[in-house]
Amino acid sequence: MTPRPDGRPSRAEIWVLGAAGLATFFGLWAALSGFGFVSPRFLPSPAAVAMRGIFLLAHPFAGASLPVHVLSSLGRYGLGFLLGACVGVPLGLLMGWYRLLDDIVTPIFDALRFVAPIAWVPFAALWFGTGIGGPVMVIFAGAFPPCLINAYRGARFVDKKFLEAARTLGAGNLRIIVEVLLPASVPSIVAGLRVGAGLGWQSLVGAELIVASSGVGYMMVQGQSAVSTTTVLSGMVAIGIVGYLVDLVLREIQTATQRRRGLA
Amino acid sequence: MSTITFDKVGRIFDSVTAIEEINLHVRDKEFVAIVGPSGCGKTTCLRMAAGLDFPSSGEVRVGERKVAGPGPDRAVVFQQFALFPWKSVYDNVDFGLRNKRVPASERRDRIAAVLKVMNLEGYERSFPHQLSGGMQQRVAIARAYVLDPAVLLMDEPFGALDAQTRVLMQEELVRLARVNPRTVLFITHGVEEAVYLADRVAIMTRRPGRIKEIMDIRSVREAERWDNRTRIEDVMDLESFVHLRTAIWRSLREEKTKETT
Ligand SMILES: Nc1ncnc2c1ncn2[C@@H]1O[C@H](COP(=O)(O)OP(=O)(O)OP(=O)(O)O)[C@@H](O)[C@H]1O
Ligand SMILES: [Mg+2]
Repeated sequence: MTPRPDGRPSRAEIWVLGAAGLATFFGLWAALSGFGFVSPRFLPSPAAVAMRGIFLLAHPFAGASLPVHVLSSLGRYGLGFLLGACVGVPLGLLMGWYRLLDDIVTPIFDALRFVAPIAWVPFAALWFGTGIGGPVMVIFAGAFPPCLINAYRGARFVDKKFLEAARTLGAGNLRIIVEVLLPASVPSIVAGLRVGAGLGWQSLVGAELIVASSGVGYMMVQGQSAVSTTTVLSGMVAIGIVGYLVDLVLREIQTATQRRRGLA
Repeated sequence: MSTITFDKVGRIFDSVTAIEEINLHVRDKEFVAIVGPSGCGKTTCLRMAAGLDFPSSGEVRVGERKVAGPGPDRAVVFQQFALFPWKSVYDNVDFGLRNKRVPASERRDRIAAVLKVMNLEGYERSFPHQLSGGMQQRVAIARAYVLDPAVLLMDEPFGALDAQTRVLMQEELVRLARVNPRTVLFITHGVEEAVYLADRVAIMTRRPGRIKEIMDIRSVREAERWDNRTRIEDVMDLESFVHLRTAIWRSLREEKTKETT
């Protein structure tokens, strides 16, 4: 393979490197569990986990099959993430535009944003129950801060020449916010949505470990009580795959918005 | 009456005096060009007339009113275009008309007309990043022209154009200025451009900026009947043109050499 002029590995090379990394990972895992270094009760082999995962696709465990658990998680997740985005993005934009709002909200926000989403679980359960409301609030706690911060940064650091052009063209506040501030902040907003989506998904599964009576996290807890390590690992794999797919979708949206601007 | 008055205007940016004292009166429907060394405060003057920046001392008036902010009577063509990258060419030009609540059908007609003048027909749906620098500049000019403002503030509007397009745009601007005169404050580095377009040319000193002298072009243009010639090269051949151009050059050269000593 010829090296690229900028000295970075080519696409094919990156692909090969990635595949090699994964192969090493699974190889070591298989070796550890397969040659009896570690008891399968501590670490089941990749093959056993894959078999268990395929079995769970069609057979219920803890009240439902794996796809149904995933859908149940995704439902809560979608709701919590949407809520976080719908509150976080507009609030962030307005904070970037109105100094007063910034001054009022920022101290509260700074005080709360270092509280890990999981730490909200007890209150989430107390206030909103363990059905839908509690987990949704925990996801919200994960997804909301990045959505807000990035929209805020986008709005605050909009190139001033756009705002000045809009003002000389006679635009009022509302039109500037909707047609200049918002679109100018889109790259930053989408980046925030991506981070928020990831954090939200992580927090959701955490929340389900404690509350909820369905979902991937719940399935894993039940698997743990039943001392079925393959079930727990199947759940972890499902979390990884779904999280990756969600990020993939958002990444596509991100490149699409950049391409439209001629940035990518 | 759309006049622009700089009345003892000074501008200090955190202890750096950009403009010392500017006195300049642009009459109604007069075309005044400002030339001067880079960094002498030309853009700053224009921004103060636009209401985007404010004097540290003295005041800027448009008409009888002290400038307190941007207004619908003034349109600006920025040195760096400042087109909205997320809007198509059409929507960029439409933005100001919508703010003015011009009816939809009239907007369509006016945009079509201005895009035709600017030679941008067929690019309505394009986005700024898909256009060349010169085309972007023409969109920026179209965005201001379409508003038909009483006062036009232009900051090196032809700077990014190739020589041929620039000439066409200059001739077009002269034509528009004769058909439909308006008050224009025009900043440029091009001495010939200034002499060709302007009624008067104000020459600034290097920073801290002052108006060094003001050359009257209009009286010469009318006496020598420049406007009977439609092509810029025919005007540039005239002895009267060369004479004015050389005088301004000399005056600017003095500023440049002072800079290096
Ligand atoms: N916002 C600002 N803050 C600090 N200094 C500034 C600011 N704007 C302009 N200046 C300074 O004021 C001086 C005049 O700037 P201005 O942009 O008006 O120059 P100009 O004549 O338009 O130059 P050019 O021909 O290169 O466009 C410069 O020295 C610049 O550094
Ligand atoms: Mg300038």
